[in-house]
Amino acid sequence: MGADKKMIIQINRNDIAIPERSTGMNLLTFLREELRLTGVKIGCGKGFCGSCTILVDHKPAKACQKTVVDIAGSSVLTIEGMANPDGTLHPLQQAFIDAGAIQCGYCTPGMVLTAHGYLMRNPNPTREQIKRAMAPNLCRCTGYQQIFEAIETAAEHYHL
Amino acid sequence: MEKTWRNDAYAKVTGQALYTNDLAFPDMLHAVPVYADYVHAIIDQIHIQDAEDLDGVVKVITSQDIPGSNRHGQIEKDYRIFADDKIRYWGDVVALVVARDRKTAIEAAELVKVEATPLPSIHDPEAALKPDAILIHEEHGSNIINTHRIRRGDIEKGFDASDIIIEHKFQTQFVEHAYLEPEAALAVPRADGVIEIHGSMQHPFSTRRFTAALLGMRLSDVEVVGTPMGGGFGGKDDTAAVVCARTALAAKLLGKPVKVNYDREWSIRESYKRHPYRVTYKMGLSSDGLIKAVRCEIIADGGAYCSTTPWVTWRSTVQCCGPYQVDHVHCDTVGVYTNNVFTGAMRGFGSPQMNFVVEQMVELAAEKVGMSAVELRRKNMVQQGSATITGQVLDNHTVSMGEVLNAVIEDIDYDEKLKQCSFGKPEGDELYGIGLAMSYRGMSLGAEGADFCAAIINAQFDGSILLEVGIHENGQGAESAFILALAAELGVNRERIRYRQSSTSSIPDSGTTVASRGTLMGTGAVVRAADEFKKKMSQVVAPSLKCNPEEVHFKDDRLHGGQSDHSISFDRAIRVMYLNRKFPFAFGEFQGPSVTWDEKQGRGKPYFTWVYGCQAIELTVNKQTGRVKLLNAIAAHDVGRVVNPGMLNGQIYGGIAMGSGYALSEEVQLDAGKITNLNLNNYRILRSTDVPEMKAIVIENRDPNSPFGAKGIGEPTNEIMAPAIANAVYRATGKRFFNLPIKIDAQNGS
Ligand code: FES
Ligand code: FES
Repeated sequence: MGADKKMIIQINRNDIAIPERSTGMNLLTFLREELRLTGVKIGCGKGFCGSCTILVDHKPAKACQKTVVDIAGSSVLTIEGMANPDGTLHPLQQAFIDAGAIQCGYCTPGMVLTAHGYLMRNPNPTREQIKRAMAPNLCRCTGYQQIFEAIETAAEHYHL
Repeated sequence: MEKTWRNDAYAKVTGQALYTNDLAFPDMLHAVPVYADYVHAIIDQIHIQDAEDLDGVVKVITSQDIPGSNRHGQIEKDYRIFADDKIRYWGDVVALVVARDRKTAIEAAELVKVEATPLPSIHDPEAALKPDAILIHEEHGSNIINTHRIRRGDIEKGFDASDIIIEHKFQTQFVEHAYLEPEAALAVPRADGVIEIHGSMQHPFSTRRFTAALLGMRLSDVEVVGTPMGGGFGGKDDTAAVVCARTALAAKLLGKPVKVNYDREWSIRESYKRHPYRVTYKMGLSSDGLIKAVRCEIIADGGAYCSTTPWVTWRSTVQCCGPYQVDHVHCDTVGVYTNNVFTGAMRGFGSPQMNFVVEQMVELAAEKVGMSAVELRRKNMVQQGSATITGQVLDNHTVSMGEVLNAVIEDIDYDEKLKQCSFGKPEGDELYGIGLAMSYRGMSLGAEGADFCAAIINAQFDGSILLEVGIHENGQGAESAFILALAAELGVNRERIRYRQSSTSSIPDSGTTVASRGTLMGTGAVVRAADEFKKKMSQVVAPSLKCNPEEVHFKDDRLHGGQSDHSISFDRAIRVMYLNRKFPFAFGEFQGPSVTWDEKQGRGKPYFTWVYGCQAIELTVNKQTGRVKLLNAIAAHDVGRVVNPGMLNGQIYGGIAMGSGYALSEEVQLDAGKITNLNLNNYRILRSTDVPEMKAIVIENRDPNSPFGAKGIGEPTNEIMAPAIANAVYRATGKRFFNLPIKIDAQNGS
């Protein structure tokens, strides 16, 4: 134990101590394999598709492009931390369902988190702004339109 | 807008849905494929020792380790699950490295060395047809995979009677499905001797068939379990099934769970693509715009293996004149082996290529004739009771070609917007254009294959219902559609219905989820099972409802007597069933109505019903950069009957986006057989900033050939975008583009 110097990361509102041997690990691998947060998806492994998007201090980040040490001291949100502890959905998640924005669902975690990060910064986005904000995330199924609609519907919940 | 519902949405939006790569079992091993850096070569030896010696490696599997049969294929068994005699394309797999962890397996894969003698390779399908061409499959005797033809009327007479004749050549590209989830498989050897497979594949039953054959086991010894899958689009049939089969072999040989998860680069390297076509098309018309004759030659690059090439090219042949009536047709189609990546099923299945050709040809013809392209379409398109080019009379469903065309034209104000098109005019930087395209499409497999499907309804003592259908959920919402169809049939709330996790061991083989057949066939089976189910229940409860069994009807979660106002709740009725020792259980099967085909003449009734669709697009082309900006798309489709409105729109929007990528940006690039764009940075599918605003117009003419009245939408929506865009680009720039993807030079907008 003593040899393992701990590093703290807050993940989905829980403090997690990272063993030193894991600090050099790819963040995506760490989240999926060590923490079993498998909602973080792998689509390309190279930063091109956004399937692995998480929020680091409220900003979208591609987990496949980071090492664990990069996020030392940060707070991380993955899709597993998006709903309320009692299982009720965040309004943005509900909006995705209601708008029909989910087909195969593989892009969904990344889409929801990119949108969440964006709406926290801009709760009154235009359609054009939404399109630009979502550009890092690929979806092959939906043609994006219902994703835009979901984000527009959910935006009001971000008004203070 | 009505809220969308789907049974798996909660799991997917919370990250709880477990896709194949998310599953883990104790003692699980990891495996990765080994490729050889050849495109055509005789394999002399595969050296695996160095790899096997690496710490953490458990085994390197090659063709030597196969207990069953190595050769597979849905039509032609020309594909080796592990390359043994030759390498035929750059994606052939020579070995599978199994290790304690994936990283070690990847390292070890580098240590496998393939000694091979290179052969001349062929990458041009026309070169492959030359008599002296080297053979890709020696035992096949030629590089011709298959041919199809249509001979209708007298082609010479048709051209003689024509006042105007036009001829053009078209070419299309290799296209990657680019499902967001790459191939993955997990195989578990169970204590009962069964090999259980979880995998990202479209067809559990062909996966089971391939696996059982490879392992030398019986079908009942392999169980493929339904697992959420991150997209397919026709692309997770052969390759995905083979990935599962290899994984199962490793699990069987080693007695441990084994997982394979593909990197994107492996997925693009190995998986089959949409066929590139070369089409020579000649059309003759009378001076008043009636199409008299069509001669059409189609060459499809099948790549290294047959896969579904004969079926894909068959649809192209049958639909080679688009939705138009033509009296004299002469079509020759050939599928060809080359050393390129092999090609097979992809959303559209041979129609996107042909529609790109036909829907530009009619516009080129209209210009020559001097009439509007819409008028020319109207004049020639199929109507109620028309005969198609194969002689099928369209009289068993509503032919709504005109209806969908009118819907689009009115909604987008087409005639007005035509006047605004730039035609390459010199002033300004943004050139504006509008274009449309339309098609009809034979539903389901048609004469390509046996078309039947099963459904099982199993109600429980408390009134809850388990439903299972032999069609696989590909992410499109098939399960939800079946639940909604059953709820409608039984007059119950959908909340009481749960879709049972599907398994090849619990329901009969109902074919692939391809050809937009899922909704039609699946709801068909659900209706049949529901009929059976209601009959059983009616018999038991009729006496207490004081009516005849035939008079019982199902509504609002209750069973009602005929004229009497007696009724009992569905829950109660189920309990009564159990108390009477009658199972509230039903099996239903739906068989597609019969089809016929005469291969020699290319004549018959190839599909039991058809769908009709039309799409229009507005765009601008920037003169300086050549960049196309898609502004506004409208799609009208006759879907028979809507099952789940939100999901239906999603299919339409997704098809528009994928079809737009086909038109403008997507192309698998090969350099002497080696793919050079192996990831999503240089294989470019549309991003959120690229898509147009989209609108879906849904037309419902219930189809009597479909028990629920519904037909398919997945492919129709994807198959006419490229010609619509090509037509719009023409009206913007004044230039025709005969090749896909459309590449507009910078500077001159042409
Ligand atoms: S997996 Fe990280 S961006 Fe694609
Ligand atoms: S829903 Fe399938 S990739 Fe977005």
